[in-house]
Order: sequence, then C-alpha cells, then structure tokens
Amino acid sequence: MSPSTDPVLRVTDLSKHFPVKSGGMMGRTRGSVKAVDGISLEVMAGETLGLVGESGCGKSTAGRTMLKLLDPTGGRIELNGRDITTLSRRQMVPLRREAQMIFQDPYNSLNPRHTVGTIISAPFVVQKVDPPGGIKSAVQSLMERVGLNPEHYNRYPNEFSGGQRQRIGVARAIALQPKLIVCDEPVSALDVSIQAQVVNLLEDLQNDFGMAYVFVAHDLSVVRHISDRVAVMYLGHIMELAGRDELYENPLHPYTHALLSAVPVPDPGAAAKRERILLQGDLPSALNPPAGCVFNTRCWKAEDRCRVEVPLLRTLAEGHEVACHFPQGHLAPGETIVGPAGPLVASDSSLPTPEHLSQNAARARRGQAWQGDDPHDFDPITHIQ
Amino acid sequence: MTLIDTPAAPFDASSFLSVNDLRVQFPTEDGVVKAVDGLSFSLERGRTLAIVGESGSGKSVTSQAIMGLINRASATIEGQVVLEGQDLIAMSNEDVRRLRGTTMAMIFQDPLSSLHPYYSISRQLVEAVRVHQKVSKADARKQCISMLDRVGIPSAEKRIDDFPHQLSGGMRQRVMIAMALLNSPDLLIADEPTTALDVTVQAQIIDLLKSIQQEFNTAIIIITHDLGVVADTADDVAVMYAGRVVEYGSVEGVYRRPQMPYTLGLLASVPRIDRARVTRLDPIPGTPPSLIALPSGCAFRPRCTFSAEVPDNLCSDVRPDLVEAADGHQVSCHLTPEKRLRNADAMFALLDGRSEAGVQAATPSDPESGDPA
Repeated sequence: MSPSTDPVLRVTDLSKHFPVKSGGMMGRTRGSVKAVDGISLEVMAGETLGLVGESGCGKSTAGRTMLKLLDPTGGRIELNGRDITTLSRRQMVPLRREAQMIFQDPYNSLNPRHTVGTIISAPFVVQKVDPPGGIKSAVQSLMERVGLNPEHYNRYPNEFSGGQRQRIGVARAIALQPKLIVCDEPVSALDVSIQAQVVNLLEDLQNDFGMAYVFVAHDLSVVRHISDRVAVMYLGHIMELAGRDELYENPLHPYTHALLSAVPVPDPGAAAKRERILLQGDLPSALNPPAGCVFNTRCWKAEDRCRVEVPLLRTLAEGHEVACHFPQGHLAPGETIVGPAGPLVASDSSLPTPEHLSQNAARARRGQAWQGDDPHDFDPITHIQ
Repeated sequence: MTLIDTPAAPFDASSFLSVNDLRVQFPTEDGVVKAVDGLSFSLERGRTLAIVGESGSGKSVTSQAIMGLINRASATIEGQVVLEGQDLIAMSNEDVRRLRGTTMAMIFQDPLSSLHPYYSISRQLVEAVRVHQKVSKADARKQCISMLDRVGIPSAEKRIDDFPHQLSGGMRQRVMIAMALLNSPDLLIADEPTTALDVTVQAQIIDLLKSIQQEFNTAIIIITHDLGVVADTADDVAVMYAGRVVEYGSVEGVYRRPQMPYTLGLLASVPRIDRARVTRLDPIPGTPPSLIALPSGCAFRPRCTFSAEVPDNLCSDVRPDLVEAADGHQVSCHLTPEKRLRNADAMFALLDGRSEAGVQAATPSDPESGDPA
C-alpha cells in the first residue's frame, strides 16, 4: 500500500440536502435536512480513508452521494479526474466499473431469489464483460478468493451465514477490479470473531488489487485498524481529517477528543486509567442545525464566536485538518502553524458573515499562515476515573 | 498437574441470586435446540456480572429464563434459579409475574421496539407503577417524573407526555431504565443496553447504570458482546459459547490471564482504539456451531488451534467441566494449566510486540503522540 499522488476520488464542497415537505399532495417544502453540508476530501489510489461519526452525522449519505447513488445538492465529484457531478444514471453505468460499493446489511443487500452465482456474475453481465474462461469460472475463482466454496455456486443467500453473505457482497464488488470501493459499515452487523475475518479479507484484497477504500463506520477501533487517514464527521460537516495515528494520538477537535474517550477499551487496567469526557445531550436535529459551529451546543469550550462563525477546515499540521476555533492539542504558544492548503470547507456564502470570518477566510485563501488563537488548556467538563 | 484443578464451587443457595445447572431447550422441526446447556453462576447485591458471547451463545435466553419470559409451552426449562431463597423455575407464572418489576427488572436492547408506539411515555410508566403499588394516578405520575429526572431526562414533567417516536435513542433507553427502576428492583438485567446507541450516548448510559447501582445497591447482569463495555462496567464476567459458560472469573483475572482458547481468541481478534495498528488481526477460524448438532466433546474444538496439544482425543470425546483454575477463576478446557497460561502469555507478548513496533513506526516526528490522554 503506497498511496500515489493522484486522487481516485476528489470531492469538493459536496452537499446533500433532503427536502422536508409538509403534508398533502401539494405539500410545499418547509425546510431541508442537511445530511451532508459542504465536505471536501480526496481519496488517493490504494489508500483507505475512514469516515467515522455517530448515527445521523451524514457519513453513509456522504458515501452514497460520492458514488452518485444519491444526486448531490451541491458541490463537485471527480472520479479519476473526470467530473461526474451531473452525469445521468445511464451515463454513470460505464463508470460503475471503476467504483463499487459494499453494503452494511448482508441480509438485505443480496436478492434472496437469485443464486450466489447470479449475484456475483451481475457485474460482468451488466458491464458486458466477457472474462477469459467464461463468466462461471471467473465467478468461481472470485468465490474462492473471498473464502467461499466455489461448489456453492448454485446456492441461495439464505443458506449462508452473515459473514459468508458479506463475502458474497465483497466478491460482487471486486468482480471488475474497481479502483475504488465505498464500504458502508461492512462489518458492523457481524459477530466479533467474524468481523476480524472480513477485515483481514478486505486488507488482503487491497494488497492484491491496489484499490482504494472509503471505509464508512461507527466503530472507531476498527477504523483505526484499517484506515490510512480518517475523517470525523458531525452533523454533515467534517470536523477533523488526519492520518490514522495522528488523529487517534493527537486529536485537535474537542468532538474527536470526546468521541475517542467514549470508546470503552477491553482492558480493565486501561479502562480505569483513561480519561473520559461525557458529552451532554444528543445530536441536534439536522433539520435545524445550530448556527456557527454545529458542535457548539455540546462543546465545553464554546464561546460567543463559536455560536456565530462557522469554523473553516484548516490545516494545522502536515496533513492534519481541523474545523475548530479553539483546537486543543500539543501546540506550543507562538508556534507558527502551516497555513491552510487545499480546498476550504465553508458554506459561508449562505450564512451571515461576520467580519472576522471573512478576514480569516481571506487570509486562508491567500495561503498565509493561520494566526491561531491560544490553544486552550484541556478542560473537559467531566473527568471520570 | 501442579496447579489447583478442583471442581467448581458447588451451588451456593445463600447468594442473592444463584443459577444452578440451568438448561433451556426448544424443540423444533429440525431437532432440539439446546440454547442453554448447563449454566451455573451466583451473584451478590451491588455487584455486576457480565455475560459475553456471540450471537447464538445463549446469553439472551439465559436472561429471559431468569426473568421467566420464556413460554414454558414451547420450551423445556430445567435447573434452578434461586433469587433470595425462592426457586423461580419451580414457581407458577403468576408468582413470577409478581416478582417481575418489583424484585427483578429488565432493560432490553432495542428501546424503540420495547416501548409501545401508540401510548405516551406517561401512560406506559404509570401503568408499570400501578401494577405493583396501590397508588393514585396522580401520585404514580409524580413518581414517574422524579424517576425520569433521576435518569437524566431534561424537563421531565414535559417530556413525560411525549410519545416514544418523539425521543432520541438515548432518551428512549433512559425511559426504559426509568421504567425498570420504578419499583426499585434488587436485580436488574440489561440485555445489550447500549448496542443500539452511539458511543457518546453509550458512555452516558453506562455512567447512569453505575450511579444507580451505587445508590440502590442493585445486582446487575449485563449481557453484551462488547468486550470494552465489560471491562468498563462489570466486576465478574462469564464467557458463553454454545450454551455453556466456558470461562468465569473476575474481570481483572479473565482479561489479564485468559485461559480458555475461545476467550483468548476473542481478545486477540478485536482491534483496540488505544493501540497503534497491529499488522493483522487474528480471527478465530470458522463459525459458531449449530445448537441443534453440537460437536462431540468440547463445543469449541472445531475452531480451537490448541486441541492437537491434548492427548487421547480428549477434546473430541469428553466434554470438559468448568473447573477452578485459580482463585475464583473457572475454566472449561482440557489443556493443562501450564499450557493455558503459556498461551495467554504468548498472545499478550504478540499483541504488545506488534503494537510497540507500530507506535515507533507510526509518528516518529511527534514526540508527544504516544500520550493520547
């Protein structure tokens, strides 16, 4: 796995809003759920990008919109350098060879009336690909590759266990050797001992075929294991994006900090020693997200500025992007921080723009160094021993 | 054998709750499903026992059998469940129903399907109070509001008139907990109480359960598949596989010195958030057995990597008993104690070695990266 410099997928300011209509046939739109609200990221060839967050943060919608299974409301999607944002379903068909999807629920994502052979050969039939040796032998070698018995070619999905069904889904996704696979919670429906088998399979396949994964999951431990880089989402926004170890060892966003500290560790000694931050309350409604930083209602460091001004995703260290006005972490006071590079995530055009926001944004666009605020001392509301 | 290998502590009816040789079987068209197959444990007030296992290991059926929620017409239940000196299995359904709610209560996994969608929270809670106590509706409502307040529902006097769909998942689980606590039970069984919740909400609920236990001196059985939740909440842990307990002991003992190869496998196969990436996960090969046709001998034998080290085909011929391996730590395995401890040490050495190498390779430029807290 040596990620090259060309992105397989580049997403710029992508949003997906679902209109909410009032009742009746002529119902007028009375608002929209901003499931994904302006995210930007790149997926390099052969790398795994983890997309984590709690339910309702928009990670699954983001994954589906990236592959145009949902039509984006705004923004731009480039697959292998080609803009696919406005392509029709029919125009997308040939491109589906490049990008595939693995779904969460191995029970609902396989047609119960089709045999395994039919399911796995579907990509060949749809794309009119004639593999050498015929479709059946290609399917059987795929089955063998993912750890299924090729003799079970004519069986139906209900004859397989959950882990085996997920292998069927994996075989279907890799059939045409795509460059990119979006995996939407691929192991969360499986038992722990089976989870590890499927995670290992995904890693082996990546080593063999060099495809990139977007790994959408809520299990932060699995994401740490499988990802090269990780993006943390909250209410449709990316809060932090960094290399795997950088994010887990040195989280800069208060939300990432709280999220990581909430994961229980299977080690009684470590569990007692770890610090825990208890977030109060629930995720706000995506129909009516808080103004300013979407996390400000649950953040213990929120100040007036956070309630007005949307923090931009800015680069604070090499490859470490954070959307927070008061990032915490191991930053020495007065240290010069690398200025923002790459696309900025800001939906500031649609929001009231306070003067200091536009100043910061303008400075960021000029590529100047971010004049960061003093990093606040770590001061969570609740420590639990 | 030099280490102590004495039979497990005998059935102790003086405990607050003791379960002795519990067996639950469901006859089906394909054969008899032995969901729970000879289960024994005991629990004192103020302590938490975690039952861990994969789907189909019998952990949920165990909890339902204790609560008397299994239809006796469709299952055979044998053994003893003694709660404060009374055997629940021998009791009539009517007598168990009287205990349910007052002496023992249960929190279910899915708070949305365990609350009735058609009735308001207040109606469902008030009913739970008035089934067991002779109080007026207004008084019952007051009790309910103060309990909702206690479990951390903001503006409880308003939210009590909401319907389940108006609450978030975490709030619904709090309502379930409030309902379970209304008649101050002595035994609380929580069946996967946080599985349907997000981690930050899970942390809130775990915290709530702990403070309730301290306040009411409740005995808690927590049923889960999440080894992290066990380490965080429980005093003792019972690892279940194919309807039996295969390892039992204090959380400290079982996590530090796991002896049964299945427990070892579970601990080795989960990636850990507080460790840098290991090169590769070590999954347990194969899948759990069918409860209709269990393998002969040890049920874990087909997936066990150590069974070749046991002489005389013992693993495939003789089912191992749960025996005391260390103080209060019981194991069901034919391996010699020396071999079991050696396996545990080898696993931890492997995990530590890998993760240290990983940390060094990970972020050499950041001197403070090794200190996540």
